[in-house]
Amino acid sequence: MQPFDYVRATSVADAVRAFGAAGPDTRLLAGGTTLYDLMKLGVETPAHVIDVNGLRELETIDTSQPDELVFGALARMSDVAADPVIAGEYPALAESLWRAASQQLRNMASVGGNLLQRTRCAYFRGGEPFACNKRAPGSGCAAQEGIDRGHALFGGSEACIAVYPGDWAVALAAFEAQVDVEGPHGPRSLAIEALHVEPGRTPDVETTLAPGEIIVRIRVPKTPLGRASTYHKIRDRESYAFALVSVAAALRMEGDMVAEARLALGGVATRPWRVRAAEAVLRGQPFTPALARRAGEAALSGARPGRMNAFKVELGIRAVADALSIARQRG
Amino acid sequence: MSSSATLRTGGHPPTPGRVAVELVVNGVPLAASLDPRRSLLDLLREQLGLTGAKKGCDHGQCGACTVHVDGRRVASCLTPAVQAHGRQVLTIEGLSPAGSPLHPMQQAFIDHDALQCGYCTPGQIMAAVACVAEGHATSPEQIREYMSGNLCRCGAYVGIVAAIEDAAMKMAATTMATAGRSAEMPEARHAAV
Ligand SMILES: Cc1cc2nc3c(=O)[nH]c(=O)nc-3n(C[C@H](O)[C@H](O)[C@H](O)COP(=O)(O)OP(=O)(O)OC[C@H]3O[C@@H](n4cnc5c(N)ncnc54)[C@H](O)[C@@H]3O)c2cc1C
Ligand code: SF4
Ligand code: FES
Ligand code: FES
Repeated sequence: MQPFDYVRATSVADAVRAFGAAGPDTRLLAGGTTLYDLMKLGVETPAHVIDVNGLRELETIDTSQPDELVFGALARMSDVAADPVIAGEYPALAESLWRAASQQLRNMASVGGNLLQRTRCAYFRGGEPFACNKRAPGSGCAAQEGIDRGHALFGGSEACIAVYPGDWAVALAAFEAQVDVEGPHGPRSLAIEALHVEPGRTPDVETTLAPGEIIVRIRVPKTPLGRASTYHKIRDRESYAFALVSVAAALRMEGDMVAEARLALGGVATRPWRVRAAEAVLRGQPFTPALARRAGEAALSGARPGRMNAFKVELGIRAVADALSIARQRG
Repeated sequence: MSSSATLRTGGHPPTPGRVAVELVVNGVPLAASLDPRRSLLDLLREQLGLTGAKKGCDHGQCGACTVHVDGRRVASCLTPAVQAHGRQVLTIEGLSPAGSPLHPMQQAFIDHDALQCGYCTPGQIMAAVACVAEGHATSPEQIREYMSGNLCRCGAYVGIVAAIEDAAMKMAATTMATAGRSAEMPEARHAAV
C-alpha cells in the first residue's frame, strides 16, 4: 500500500475545510470497507486520508420528524437496519441494508460511504495487467471481451459496463431520498437519482459530487408506500453476496387496486435504476400475478445483455414479479 | 513495522509518518505510534502476538479475522489500526479468563464438533458471541443469516449452528444470573505486551 498521511477531522466544519482545500489525491475515510479494501489492492492510492469517524453529530438516526426520516452520513448500516421504525414501517430500506455484506461489515460501514462504494468488476479490482477505463482512463475495458456474467444490462457504454453494486441506494431511489452535502461552496441537496451518473466516455467519474463535497445526511420522505415494500435480492448464494438482480418494490393499495407503485433495480445497471415505465404499468390496475409479470417485463425491456449475462433478463422479470407479490402481501 | 517494543503503556511521542494511538486490548491499555497503513489484524497478530484472529482473505470476505471493537463485531482486516484509537478491542484470547471455565460459546463449539481444521474458529466464535448478544440467534435460519459473514472451508456449518443455539440458551441463563453486575470487558490475560 502506498504511504499516506492521516488526519482525524474533529468537526464537520473542520472536515469541510480540510477536504475543500485538498487536492484530488485526498480521500475521506468512513468505515473504510470500500476505501481501505481498494487501497490494499492498489486501486485507490490517496496521498492524504481524512478520517471522519470522530464526527459523532453525523451518526444520528432520526425517525421522529413529521415528514422525513433523517440519517446522518456516519450512521452505520447495522444500526439503521435495526431501527424499529425502519424495520417496521420501511421494510425495503431495512432489507436493503441487512441483506448487504455481513454483520461485521455493517457494523463498520456508514450509510454515507455506502452510496459511494465502487464496482466489484473483477478487472477494476484486479489491477494490472487488466485494461480498465474506470481505474486507468483510456486503457480499455477488459470486461467487454472477458467474463461479463456480473455486468450491466442497462446504462453501459463502450467504455464501461460495470454494475453499481450497492443495495441501499437502490432502495433509496425507490423512496425518492435526498442527499445533503456540504462543500467549499456551502451546503446543497440533491435527489439520490441525481447522485450517480452513467459511465459514458468517462467511467472514472461516478457521481455528481464536486471536489471537496462531503455527504452529511440522507433524508427519506415519510410515505404510506413504506409499509408495503420489500427489497428482494437474488444472489449466487443465499446470503452474503452482491446482487445478481435486486428489486426495491413499494406499493400503495386502494383495496385491490394499485394506487401508486415504486420500482428500482439493482445488480443490473451502472447506477441505481428506477423503472418508471414499469411503475406506470401497475398504476390504477387491479393487482394480479399477471400484472406483476407485465411490470417485470416492462422493467427489463430495453436490456442490453452481453455474452454471459442474458440470464439476468428472465431472472429480473421474475424477481420484479416476486418482489411485487411480497410487497402486496404487506399492504 | 518493528517489534512489540514500539508498544508500551503510557504516553508515546509521535514519530513522523506515524499516528499516536491509544487503545485497550483485552483489558490492557496500550499506547502506540503506528503506520496508518497497518490493519488492526496485523497489529494484533504481528505486534501483540495475539494470533487467534486469523487472516483468511484480508479483504472482509471470510470473517476469520473477526474481533469486537467496543462490543461490536468487526472485520479487523478492514479496520485500519488507527481507527481503534480510544476503543476497546476484544479478541478470542480475552474471551474467557485464564484458569476459569471456557466461555459457553467456546465450550459449545467443542461439544458440537463445530470445527475441523479450526482456522475459521476464533472468528466464528467471536462472531457468534456477538450474534447472540445482538439478539440474532433466535432460530437456526436467523443464525445462518447473521453468521453468513463467517466462511468455513471445512464445512462445519451444521455443528456451528447447533453450537450457537446451545450457547445462546446458556448465555441467556448466565445473563439472568449475573443481571445487575456490570458487563465490563473481561480483565487482561495475555502476556504478549
Ligand atoms: C466482502 C464485502 C461484501 C459486501 N457486500 C455488499 C452487499 O452485498 N451490498 C452492498 O450494498 N454493499 C456491500 N459491500 C460494500 C459495503 O456496503 C461498502 O463498502 C460500505 O457501505 C462503504 O461504506 P464505508 O463507510 O465503509 O465507506 P468507506 O470505504 O469509508 O468510503 C467509501 C467511499 O466514500 C467516500 N466517503 C465516505 N464517507 C463519505 C462522506 N460522508 N462524504 C463523501 N464521501 C465519503 C470515501 O472517500 C470512499 O471513496 C460489501 C463490502 C465487502 C467488503
Ligand atoms: S466494465 Fe468498467 S470497471 Fe470493469 S473493466 Fe470495463 S471499464 Fe473497468
Ligand atoms: S481476513 Fe478479514 S474477513 Fe477475511
Ligand atoms: S474448521 Fe476448517 S475452515 Fe472452519
